Amino acid sequence: MKRYSSLGLLTAGLTGHTSWPRAWRDPTPKTRYDIVIIGGGGHGLATAYNLAKRHGLRNIAVLEKGWIGGGNTGRNTTIVRSNYRLPQMQDLMEFSLKLWETMTDELNYNVMFSQRGAIFLGHSDSDMTKLAERGDAMLARGLDAELLSRDQVAKMIPVLDMSRDARFPIEGGLNQPRGGSARHDAVAWGYARAADALGVDIIQNCGVTGFSIRGGKVEGVETTRGTIGADRVGICVAGHSGQVAGLAGVKLPVESQLLQAFVTEPIKPMIDTVIMSQSVHCYISQSDKGEVVLGGDPDNYPTYSQRGVPMRLEQVAGEAIALIPALSKLRMLRSWAGTTDMSFDGAPILDELPVEGLYLSGGWCYGGFKATPGSGWLFADHLATGEAHPVAKPFALDRFERGATVDEAGAGPKARDR
Amino acid sequence: MQLITCPHCGPRAQAEFEFDRAVESVLALDATEAEAVARLYRRENPKGWSWELWRHSAGCGVFLKLHRHTVTHEIAEVSLLDAAP
Repeated sequence: MKRYSSLGLLTAGLTGHTSWPRAWRDPTPKTRYDIVIIGGGGHGLATAYNLAKRHGLRNIAVLEKGWIGGGNTGRNTTIVRSNYRLPQMQDLMEFSLKLWETMTDELNYNVMFSQRGAIFLGHSDSDMTKLAERGDAMLARGLDAELLSRDQVAKMIPVLDMSRDARFPIEGGLNQPRGGSARHDAVAWGYARAADALGVDIIQNCGVTGFSIRGGKVEGVETTRGTIGADRVGICVAGHSGQVAGLAGVKLPVESQLLQAFVTEPIKPMIDTVIMSQSVHCYISQSDKGEVVLGGDPDNYPTYSQRGVPMRLEQVAGEAIALIPALSKLRMLRSWAGTTDMSFDGAPILDELPVEGLYLSGGWCYGGFKATPGSGWLFADHLATGEAHPVAKPFALDRFERGATVDEAGAGPKARDR
Repeated sequence: MQLITCPHCGPRAQAEFEFDRAVESVLALDATEAEAVARLYRRENPKGWSWELWRHSAGCGVFLKLHRHTVTHEIAEVSLLDAAP
């Protein structure tokens, strides 16, 4: 692998950037691998990278139906944070956040991770009580959290409507200074390049159409490019978890819904942190390109269409403008929707399925992007050793029937974030 | 946005409705534990035609059974629920 560096960039620039090699190969699938990962998004690529890097495995393939990073890795609001309330979620997301902090060096690929802070806004006394409780829970678990007064919020985010008659009056906030955002495509490309350099075969345009299962044990996958044998298979396909597991006769506790995001035209820097409101369900940040990135709730009904419902755009835009009136002057540039596999407690599923050798990293709901490096690490451990990492243990498939859900929203088991 | 024809109110925008649950996950009151687990947590989550309960929550409030396609959003059938036995 040709290492990327400032000097290399300068030198290549002198010859019109014609000297760059391919970032990863385009191999023909072999007939057999030790481990096959289905899904070439951030999670699948990170899993393959960890299998090669930390477990020394060399005979690994990532099968991607379309092109790498073409699914939810490129369809999110790029927010990274670990400011959760429940210890299981805190441990999982903090495990991941720590890996974000070293990812650019680790992969020799600039993922533009920017720890600009992630601020939850509080709009009422009860919001502030909840935020204080969440902040305390985070501090008690060793995470970083700062409860902000109304004046502190006004100073940190001067564009907010701080007037007393605002539609969403602001009483304060909770900041996680180590939170922030990253360049989503770079995460897929960085992991792909680093995994490829360690010998992982990344096979694009290769959809999985079935499994070879004998005596309750997986022996390989049927694909659009032929049969590929494998001792172990990992599923990392987000919204299609249920469909792919279904090919092996396994039904999952997930429902596929859409999560939309929107960007405005690019403008000069106006928001230098990540603004979130869980009471309002609106997420606002500004990309390094200058676009204001907006997100909201999932579309709340089952669909695989990747076409968001316009009323969500109207709602999120209305809320964002109420919070930051200056946004009303901007034109919306693009919107997109990713199909997410919503689990019934809002937490992921990291487990071996009832078919021996078949593993799932799914149910990431609306929180998959931030978990990418942690998910890759934990899932690789499970695939390589057959044992779940302690951080992954609470996310077992049977937790629903055991009544041991990880219910961050406190809303009981249902596939909606309300 | 989907157009859903409520038997009481006529064609109305999706914004007036709420998805409630997949019909496969509706549980009989006397279901055993095993049946409950199977119905609630082992789901088809179909990519294609799906039977679903929706509610005209911002309209007449009625629960409706829809036969709806989860990719094209085509709605083949909308009916009222049978009266409880």
